[in-house]
Amino acid sequence: MSSVPVIGVLALQGGVREHLDALAKSGAESRSVKTVEQLVGVDALVIPGGESSTIEKLARKSEMLESLREAVKGRMPIFGSCAGMILLADRVAGAIKGQESIGGLDITVKRNAFGRQVQSFESEISILGIREPQRSFDGVFIRAPWVLETGAGCEVIAQITSGPHEGRIVGVRSDTMLATSFHPELTADYRVHEMFVDMVRKL
Amino acid sequence: MANEVSTGTGRVKRGMAEMLKGGVIMDVVNVEQAKIAEDAGAVAVMALERVPADIRAEGGVSRMSDPDMIDKIIAAVSIPVMAKARIGHFAEAQVLESLGVDYIDESEVLTPADYSNHIDKWKFTVPFVCGATNLGEALRRLTEGAAMIRSKGEAGTGDVSNAVTHMRKIRSEVLRLSSMSPDEVYVAAKELQAPYDLVAEVARTGTLPTVLFTAGGIATPADAAMMMQLGADGVFVGSGIFKSGNPAERADAVVQATTHYDNPDVVAKVSRGLGEAMVGINVADIPVHHRLEDRGW
Repeated sequence: MSSVPVIGVLALQGGVREHLDALAKSGAESRSVKTVEQLVGVDALVIPGGESSTIEKLARKSEMLESLREAVKGRMPIFGSCAGMILLADRVAGAIKGQESIGGLDITVKRNAFGRQVQSFESEISILGIREPQRSFDGVFIRAPWVLETGAGCEVIAQITSGPHEGRIVGVRSDTMLATSFHPELTADYRVHEMFVDMVRKL
Repeated sequence: MANEVSTGTGRVKRGMAEMLKGGVIMDVVNVEQAKIAEDAGAVAVMALERVPADIRAEGGVSRMSDPDMIDKIIAAVSIPVMAKARIGHFAEAQVLESLGVDYIDESEVLTPADYSNHIDKWKFTVPFVCGATNLGEALRRLTEGAAMIRSKGEAGTGDVSNAVTHMRKIRSEVLRLSSMSPDEVYVAAKELQAPYDLVAEVARTGTLPTVLFTAGGIATPADAAMMMQLGADGVFVGSGIFKSGNPAERADAVVQATTHYDNPDVVAKVSRGLGEAMVGINVADIPVHHRLEDRGW
């Protein structure tokens, strides 16, 4: 893998611009991916936050869902934040009728688990595997999901460590995939994106 | 590590709007419509008692919706639910926050409750979206704590011309600011009737500090595609969907056109066979004192 990987951001709906910026500042070349054609030629992909039901429907309508599943099978590295985590999960609790996921990450995710927008919050969390892991990370949780269970091959990298949600799993990774309940792209702290760019370089 | 949990922060409020980008927010008046909107791929629904076209036709004072109706819609869909409060009516906003709505629209579509002051939105945990016809108005709303701006357009008409005027106006005023030398920004702030710090921030970054959606008169997939090309981050559709002949298909088409706004082939494909669009009213035919765009100050 070249030292400056090309990483696409699925640009059907949601926080696309923030991921494009964060990736560019983390040593990757970033570009929007809206079509099957644009998916060819990227080394890795980010699925941003947004409405998971909207993104899934748009992916299905533009015939990208199958291509994305093929990319997962072909071991393309993929990072999903919030809605992206839901789309990468093999099992989703609270999905709308007919909602499918891309899958590939052996986890069960609960949609809108932390509650409605008035319960959305920021909290300092610690994340395993990022640069300077002892320094806390500003976790931004917006109508966020959490992980109910993880299967073999999935490592928990972030959990809530106190308060009413203590112990909830909010970050996981496998050998090719990374998923967070929170939105690192909404902060100016690029350590999660840097970790993903490193994963892409090593594969 | 001690985890302090902070709700209602600026980042959480503005971040919520960032996650709606590229999406369509649809006005709905009952559970059935809310489900159609969700199935069509709306990123959120706006729960209200009457769509703007009916408010316009029926007249009278227009207020916050019945809490029972909002509860039912919240229970029926998993996407965010927004609701409208009258301009300046902070008690309606308090009620909506207590119901658990995800965003409050302090809206000129309802009858204003205060002809001088808007709601002090900093006092709330729930975020607010407000309408604007120009940059000064947008920045005044942000000063009061709004976390998202929508251009006003002229709601309930199906006539997109005012939405275009307002979006172009806001964009051109931002561009003008960003080309100014620093010593000109002081007078610009005075002319925009907005705080200097906020005006200087826009001049420096060349963009509004929040998401800017479009609203008011969007009725077709091509309307949505045009507004996105003019720089909108996303689209509110009010009467345009459920006042048309085939709401489910039109909703689906507007969602796809909003995402693929830069691809005329897709917009053409989804525009086929939608049946009757809402009949609409030309803004020019509405007496000036009945125009909603002038509400808000």
